[in-house]
Amino acid sequence: MATAEEVAKAAERRDVRDRWLLSAPALLVILLAATGPLLIVVVYSFLAPGAYGDVKWQFSSDAWTSVFLERDIFDDTLSLAAAHVTIFWRSIKLAGVTTLATLALGFPTAYFMATRSEKTRDLWLFLITIPFWTNLLIRTFAVLQIIRNEGIINTILLKLGIVSAPVQILYTDTAILIGMAYVYLPLMVLPIYASMEKLDFRLVEAGYDLYATRFRVLWRIIFPLVKPGVIAGSILVFIPALGAYVTPSILGGGKNMMLSNLIELQFGQGRNWPLGSALSITVMIIVMVALLAYVRNASKSGVRHG
Amino acid sequence: MPDKPDRNAIEVVNVSKIFGSGEGQVAALDKVSVSIRENEFFTLLGPSGCGKTTLLRLIAGFDFPTAGEILLYGQDIAPLPPFKRPVNTVFQSYALFPHMTVADNIGFGLEMLGKPKAEIKARVAEMLKLVKMEALAGRRTAQISGGQQQRVALARALAPQPKVLLLDEPLSALDYKLRKEMQIELKRLQHETGITFIFVTHDQEEALTMSDRIAVMSSGKILQVGSPWDIYDKPADRFVADFIGETNFLTAAISGVANGRARATLKSGAAIEATVADGFQPKDNATVVVRPEHAKLTKDKGDLAGTVDNIVYFGTDTHIHVHLDSGETFTVRQQNSRSAGCGFERGDKVGILIGNDAAQVLRD
Repeated sequence: MATAEEVAKAAERRDVRDRWLLSAPALLVILLAATGPLLIVVVYSFLAPGAYGDVKWQFSSDAWTSVFLERDIFDDTLSLAAAHVTIFWRSIKLAGVTTLATLALGFPTAYFMATRSEKTRDLWLFLITIPFWTNLLIRTFAVLQIIRNEGIINTILLKLGIVSAPVQILYTDTAILIGMAYVYLPLMVLPIYASMEKLDFRLVEAGYDLYATRFRVLWRIIFPLVKPGVIAGSILVFIPALGAYVTPSILGGGKNMMLSNLIELQFGQGRNWPLGSALSITVMIIVMVALLAYVRNASKSGVRHG
Repeated sequence: MPDKPDRNAIEVVNVSKIFGSGEGQVAALDKVSVSIRENEFFTLLGPSGCGKTTLLRLIAGFDFPTAGEILLYGQDIAPLPPFKRPVNTVFQSYALFPHMTVADNIGFGLEMLGKPKAEIKARVAEMLKLVKMEALAGRRTAQISGGQQQRVALARALAPQPKVLLLDEPLSALDYKLRKEMQIELKRLQHETGITFIFVTHDQEEALTMSDRIAVMSSGKILQVGSPWDIYDKPADRFVADFIGETNFLTAAISGVANGRARATLKSGAAIEATVADGFQPKDNATVVVRPEHAKLTKDKGDLAGTVDNIVYFGTDTHIHVHLDSGETFTVRQQNSRSAGCGFERGDKVGILIGNDAAQVLRD
């Protein structure tokens, strides 16, 4: 006869086995769809480029060397790849500025939405998500229509006599920023709104009651309590903005190369798949380091919902 | 006891507050006037929706009156935002800041007033001692119990030394024993700080035990203002008499009104002495109230006659419900003793004796 203890142990073993079996399909998908391709990219980055694209199956660290360094074609000395550094920095800067711009626009928007009545809140939420219904390309072209020299803004400015010649917005950094902010705004608004909606507005009243002015209530009470939403929104905007491809290409006129253009170039005309792979992984590492630093910094200041 | 009983801390003058507009508009307060004296423990008592919390929020500055004035020591504060009023609030939900420690919560008001750091620290320490929370100064507010949160909320509101402290049903979330403790604690704090307290509650027992004066409110109006004793023993109208404690309503013919007293002839034919609400001239017929503990049950003939309907044992006393011969019902409260039962049984024919100073003529 099995003792009660043995029976319990057997049941537990069965339990563990069942759990693995049940989660197997999901694990398989994650393994194949996420880890697999990533592994291929890592492997490719250590191979040599093929003559017509693709890779030659021989080990080479050239790709990694040329991410930030370049070999002089005459004397083989290595120097900093100024072009790559410039492109990395440009993309990081754009992603950062986009994050700040969407935060500046998104925070008041989320506050406005969260302070509406229950019924109208759903309407605002619905309106905020409308841009998601359209293709990114179409949205970007819509922005182009608005800011180009014959577009709505310039037509109005000219008609009102505020300017005598059209203001050149399109194909400038401003144009890219406008487009990026427009495209990524919902990703900032939604998480902040989710935090803001949970905010107990009696705390705001308590702040006013304790002699805090409107600005101080915002800074000392509302902001710390919706910080998790701000962090989530910043992450959701920063990461895709770093790899943005369509918007900078169309609105910037392709004058300034972005990270995504650079990577695309290696897999296309450049015929250097290993370098493209190494660049992709570098971007991933930058994002991960930035995320870790951000999350650690945010949790140090200890935001908790009570 | 108030030092200067004539000085008013708060004067509410003809204040109305209307919410909504058009068809859906609701008058939460209807031309309310009341004066609250300095150093007084003043209670706004009424059922939910009577306008007591609205009045408190108008004094705090979270809402603004549709009409009327709110004077704080003679100065109209009605148009000022809450952060410019030397008035602090203890919220029903406590509304402690969850991202700050207990000490930071208490110091918040002083910090916002721009007090020097050393002064804030000293004052926070003093407040922590006052509410006996020194040991938990560094805790987050989510890590302390409801009763402790209550104390922190009190300390936070008292720290900036407001001219008036507003308390919005602060004890309603506590269990019975803790509530009793906090009632005594609140009285002590009020005595020690000498700050005028305006306390909002729907609990009549709480109001009677704690207040210097009570304003009974219903449907956006103040029905009666007076000491707990006035409110309980000399209710002005039916609502006040019914809302506070248990009472018996009797129809009576009134005669010989003089010096606040009258003769009330009950349906049974018996005539009793009754007091009359201040400044009220009763008509021939009126309602008279008698508290259950001010009547006595007898097996002989009394002022009223009836049959015992039900007997309810309460531990300290017994409530005996009597069906009167006139068709009305009457409850008598009788003190219990350990040795003997109440002496009556259901179905007994009984008489009820009403004392000389037991009846009050209502205004309605």
